[in-house]
Amino acid sequence: MSATEYMEKSRLRRFFEGDVWHSFTRNPVAIVAAVVTVGMILAALLAPLIAPHDPFDLAKLDIMDASLPPAWEAEGDARFLLGTDDQGRDILSTILYGARISLVVGFASVLFAMVVGIILGLISGYVGGRTDAFIMRIADIQLSFPAILIALLIDGVARGLIPKELHANISIYVLIFAIGVSGWVQYARTVRGSTLVEKNKEYVQAARVIGIRPLTILRRHVLPNVMGPVMVIATIHLAIAIITEATLSFLGVGVPPTTPSLGTLIRIGNEYLFSGDWWITIFPGATLVILVLAVNLLGDWMRDALNPKLR
Amino acid sequence: MDLLNINNLRIEFPSRHGTVVAVDDVTLKVQPGEVLGVVGESGAGKSTIGNAVIGLLEPPGEMTGGHVFLKSEQIDTLGAEAKRKIRGRRIGMIFQDPLTSLDPLQTIEQQLVETIDLHLKLGEKKSQERAVDLLRQVGIPDPETRIKNYPHQFSGGMRQRVVIALALCAEPEVIIADEPTTALDVSIQAQILDLMRRLCREKQVGMIIITHDMGVIADITDRVAVMYHGKLVEEGTTAKILGNPDHPYTQSLISAVPRPDIRLKRFPMVNYIEAESVRPRHIDLATHWLGKSRDFEDVSGPLLSLKNLVMTFVTRHSIIKSRRKTFNAVDDVSFDIAEGEVFGLVGESGSGKSTVARMVCSLYKPAAGEVNFAGTDLTKIASESERDHFRRQMQMIFQDPFSSLNGRMKVMDIIAEPIRFHKLARTNREVEQIVTDLLDHVGLGAKAAVRFPHEFSGGQRQRISIARALATRPRFLICDEPTSALDVSIQAQILNLLKDLQEQLGLTMLFISHDLPVIRQMCDRVGVMKQGKLVEVAATEDLFEKPQAAYTRELLDLMPRLDKLSHEGLEVEKA
Repeated sequence: MSATEYMEKSRLRRFFEGDVWHSFTRNPVAIVAAVVTVGMILAALLAPLIAPHDPFDLAKLDIMDASLPPAWEAEGDARFLLGTDDQGRDILSTILYGARISLVVGFASVLFAMVVGIILGLISGYVGGRTDAFIMRIADIQLSFPAILIALLIDGVARGLIPKELHANISIYVLIFAIGVSGWVQYARTVRGSTLVEKNKEYVQAARVIGIRPLTILRRHVLPNVMGPVMVIATIHLAIAIITEATLSFLGVGVPPTTPSLGTLIRIGNEYLFSGDWWITIFPGATLVILVLAVNLLGDWMRDALNPKLR
Repeated sequence: MDLLNINNLRIEFPSRHGTVVAVDDVTLKVQPGEVLGVVGESGAGKSTIGNAVIGLLEPPGEMTGGHVFLKSEQIDTLGAEAKRKIRGRRIGMIFQDPLTSLDPLQTIEQQLVETIDLHLKLGEKKSQERAVDLLRQVGIPDPETRIKNYPHQFSGGMRQRVVIALALCAEPEVIIADEPTTALDVSIQAQILDLMRRLCREKQVGMIIITHDMGVIADITDRVAVMYHGKLVEEGTTAKILGNPDHPYTQSLISAVPRPDIRLKRFPMVNYIEAESVRPRHIDLATHWLGKSRDFEDVSGPLLSLKNLVMTFVTRHSIIKSRRKTFNAVDDVSFDIAEGEVFGLVGESGSGKSTVARMVCSLYKPAAGEVNFAGTDLTKIASESERDHFRRQMQMIFQDPFSSLNGRMKVMDIIAEPIRFHKLARTNREVEQIVTDLLDHVGLGAKAAVRFPHEFSGGQRQRISIARALATRPRFLICDEPTSALDVSIQAQILNLLKDLQEQLGLTMLFISHDLPVIRQMCDRVGVMKQGKLVEVAATEDLFEKPQAAYTRELLDLMPRLDKLSHEGLEVEKA
């Protein structure tokens, strides 16, 4: 293939003929993981359209439908495929709506952690000296606490400071902030390391010789070159963020029970586990496991495929 | 019977974009006590031959044709276990980087004794004696105590001696050395080559030296094989190949080697490998963009004048000042460069030449001294915007073509960046025209603008670097080892280009190199640096013909002697 032919191809075609796509098509695990992830994201996004019931419309709930087992069980009802909970809500529908909350919190907190981490990492790596030492010591201090404790702390402080009615409305943002703050360190450390390598490369020195100011150098030259590993961490972090959200909700400090996420559903169902109503907790739990597993496998594949040393 | 006989060797690397034939029908023979040089440029397949012979061909590469005989035994068909037994025992290896060929966590003794005992089954006591004896033979002083040391406690040259001892320890019949001196300074290179030559004679070992360096070939080989694109284009005695080559590729390769003894006008015939584009059109500064608005101050004295420049690096950090340890990378350096002059700085690695360059272009702030450029002391400038005025006049070309361009930007944006930053064009259209024109002048053509740096070879990337440096219309260009990462023919092309541009644009240059022959081709005056100090400054011809300082004489003596090389087609510049 000559160079000109190469250039005439569109970016999209080059991607489909490139090594990353090639490695993807050869990796069945990655394909299954991608299909599951995309499928779940779509299902959650389209929940209002595809969910058989609206579990949050109190007018439509019938207490007579409470605690029905899945449709294939003897006492099951064909209207409720995966059964109903103690208030007669359809489990399948609550899962679809719950996955929405989980995914929104997951993506938003990853984005938040990424932005904070990248900015602090770039500054730390490029400026060096005391600034670097200061930022990295804060990162070290935070790393010495488990992430979930940090998130609990932030959530607890928010609960204490914000009036109760208001808190119910903004609790989801508090949750995003809490999970985001607990995760920035990884990004900052990775970006700092890559920045230390990149800033000594000659293209950065060439930009300095031209006279380009540090902020522009960071944005235009360093940032695009340190993004590779960040994207990989982000994928794996997404799975962690979803689990953290579920854990917080399970502990009762996450989103309010009126808009349940997967973690809230598991907690509600947990109370009925020993009374034999296993479906209330098992199905949301299985959904969470499959979602996190798929995202994790996708992240693993991406880490290998994007690492030129392993190609 | 031949000691080693490589017969019609063919090696293929299948990939999903098609099969690459790395080595195509190559036949080589080595006799005992003979040094065979395999020379060629990067990608010619020379290292692949060495790897195939010792059975370390990296997958997916495979031998698809030919045979390898060691004495009468065919070794290419042996199994992995049998090949492993031959490796080290009968065929020794010396690799390029002496740091990575030794295990950093084991002492030299552990590594040597283990290898000797494994292959010769002498028992520990005898193996130890032999190890000490070997270290003495390769010229390591006080081997009884040094053998207890770890690899990092040896200098680069000493480490390569240890690697040679390791290669010799099982008394192999053949040694394959892949670029054994490329990572070493010239002075150490000469010693190592002498040592290899002597050991080869004494022990009647056959040696294959794989290298890109004609100096190494001229220094130690008996016969030379020239590789080009996986094929053997020419083979013969060293004197014949260097003095009277038949194949046009060999001729162009030899004519591209910078000579220490003569100064050429331009390098001839360097278009065999990467078609050298047409010589850049003559630039008329009166009308051309590059000559427009040269709002430079006229200078009466030298354009650049360094006065007592000192650069200090902290080697041990501490909050307490008295506990800090510092090291003067540049120590009291002063020299002047007149307008239009090419000034060379030469010295071994670590002599501080690059540090000087970085202080001149304000990448480093000097600890003391003055950098006077066009009458202004740059070290006294406080504001960035004031400095921009001088930055525009002074640009730099870097050593490593692979890291000096941002891989995420298109060539257009890379070259346009300085033009936009210094607001040298009014419209985007004008910027694009200038970039296209610059690409034309460095011999790449307008199409290069829409591509990314990784789509270019090392030489082409260096041309992009040059275009970027010219984009601010500078009057002063710093070249920091601009060709040391390039193959010799590409180096000749880039040097030709720099010479042409320098003449046409009347550029003043600071040209930094460790390579004396290159300095001789490029520079009007030369400064020699040693351990941060300037030991001699002289006009180039004077320096080469009548060196004053003892260190300069030493450096000149260590240059590989290339007087055996053919002078055909060379146009000598009269001083």
